[in-house]
Amino acid sequence: MNWHAVRAIYLFEMARTRRTLLQSVLAPVITTSLYFVVFGSAIGARIPEVGGVSYGAFLVPGLIMLNLLTQSVSNASFGIFFPKFSRTIYELLSAPVSHFEIVLSYVGAAATKSILLSVIILATAAFFVPLRIEHPLWMIGFLLLTAVSFSLLGFILGIWADNFEKLQLVPLLIITPLTFLGGSFYSIDMLPPVWRTLTLFNPVVYLVSGFRWSFYGHADVAVGISLGMSMLFLAVFVVVATWMLRTGYRLKP
Amino acid sequence: MHSVISISGLSKTYASGFDALKGVDLDIRRGEIFALLGPNGAGKTTLISIVCGLVNPSAGRVTVGGCDIIRDYRAARAMIGLVPQELTTDAFETVWNTVSFSRGLFGKPPNPAYLERLLQDLSLWNKKDNKLLTLSGGMKRRVLIAKALSHEPQILFLDEPTAGVDVELRRDMWQLVRRLRDNGVTVILTTHYIEEAEEMADRIGVITRGELILVEDKATLMRKLGGKQLTLQLAAPLAQIPAALSNYGLVLAKGGRELVYHYEAEGEDSALVDLLQELAAAGIAFADLHTTQRSLEDIFVSLVSEREPGREGAR
Repeated sequence: MNWHAVRAIYLFEMARTRRTLLQSVLAPVITTSLYFVVFGSAIGARIPEVGGVSYGAFLVPGLIMLNLLTQSVSNASFGIFFPKFSRTIYELLSAPVSHFEIVLSYVGAAATKSILLSVIILATAAFFVPLRIEHPLWMIGFLLLTAVSFSLLGFILGIWADNFEKLQLVPLLIITPLTFLGGSFYSIDMLPPVWRTLTLFNPVVYLVSGFRWSFYGHADVAVGISLGMSMLFLAVFVVVATWMLRTGYRLKP
Repeated sequence: MHSVISISGLSKTYASGFDALKGVDLDIRRGEIFALLGPNGAGKTTLISIVCGLVNPSAGRVTVGGCDIIRDYRAARAMIGLVPQELTTDAFETVWNTVSFSRGLFGKPPNPAYLERLLQDLSLWNKKDNKLLTLSGGMKRRVLIAKALSHEPQILFLDEPTAGVDVELRRDMWQLVRRLRDNGVTVILTTHYIEEAEEMADRIGVITRGELILVEDKATLMRKLGGKQLTLQLAAPLAQIPAALSNYGLVLAKGGRELVYHYEAEGEDSALVDLLQELAAAGIAFADLHTTQRSLEDIFVSLVSEREPGREGAR
């Protein structure tokens, strides 16, 4: 293992995060606070309990997942896309680093950032609603698994995208709708049966459901299935990323 | 032969179908300065990019210090430093950070003393805390060299090092390259400035249209091809060279109206006098004569245009 390289890339990526600290931390905190004020307090007061908890509390795991997914994808995709765009990637490609080391450092840094943000959002949420975490270990497990999986997805996206537009479009057109429709803001039990069945094809449902279970012990789908699906996403993304690096897809002509 | 890089049968066909390299064989000797000369699009950068791992080869094999660049990429790449042609730097990093980053990326533990000396040598020390976007083009070029040398490589690739560089930096760079060579570093540079190759290189390779058409010691090349040339404009055209003059290696040109004689530029060469006397004896009169000394540039242009009929007109 070339640990010096892993460390160098990881610190380089974290330095990039530090430079944009204000916008990358302040933005999610303010957005989340707004969600709690609008949906949690104003509208939430007129919504009966969902899954045994107040609507404000119900929202917390979904909002964290929403942020975790979008932040993981955008951090990791930008991290690898930008050197490609500015052509500084020549150095990475000519360095004595393995594919595993490249993924470990880029995905590790992106996941670190999105997990930090999730923790900040969780802390922010505690100001607005009474929180309860019934299965903290599962909660951390889902957090890690999702952060790593979707940072990997971002990494794949960053290699695939050959312009800024594609880099923005995929999160906007795919990730965000899937998250909003994946039960971040509602229980899929609230949906008519046809829509409920359709929703089960949305991978985000399993992530949100499992994560919410770790908070309140109540889930839309069995937690085992959630875990299995999370592992499956991770496996698929690992395979795709490995293939990309091995063949030099869009990296090496 | 102590070759530090060994390239055999190297070919590259890009996805567009363009054949950038066509079966190149080349051995670079340890500790030499090797200049790869060629016009734009000849395949110089492709060749370097394959050795450094930026481009996948289509066929052929490359070893660096005995290590295969694909199977044993870690050992091979750790020996190499690359200064790319384009000025590509991370705008928001400081000079010190970016050079430290490069050293780590190549698997070396931090060594601030070495990096300080390196930055001093490249006149970058007083800029070490500057962000890269504040530097001039010449300074960025120095930073790229510092990055490439940050991990103490045994082999340095300089891709068009002096393209768009001012006189002072060019002189500094030549000094640096010589110093590196004195320390045992092998330097491979691509250039289309002939004077650079003439000034710096121990050996020269000429590449055009993806083929390496010549590899030679500079001294030999200059002697072999760079001698003087006497051209005689004959009073009457000759159909062929008289047998009496056969051992001068004369060449008839312009349909027999010119007689060309190549000879050594240096040394006591009485052959020229002999030739003129024998010409008079053979009854060959000439209207005019001129001599030229061929530079590497002439050699290069003639080599390349031999291969590329389309370029002939440009001469």
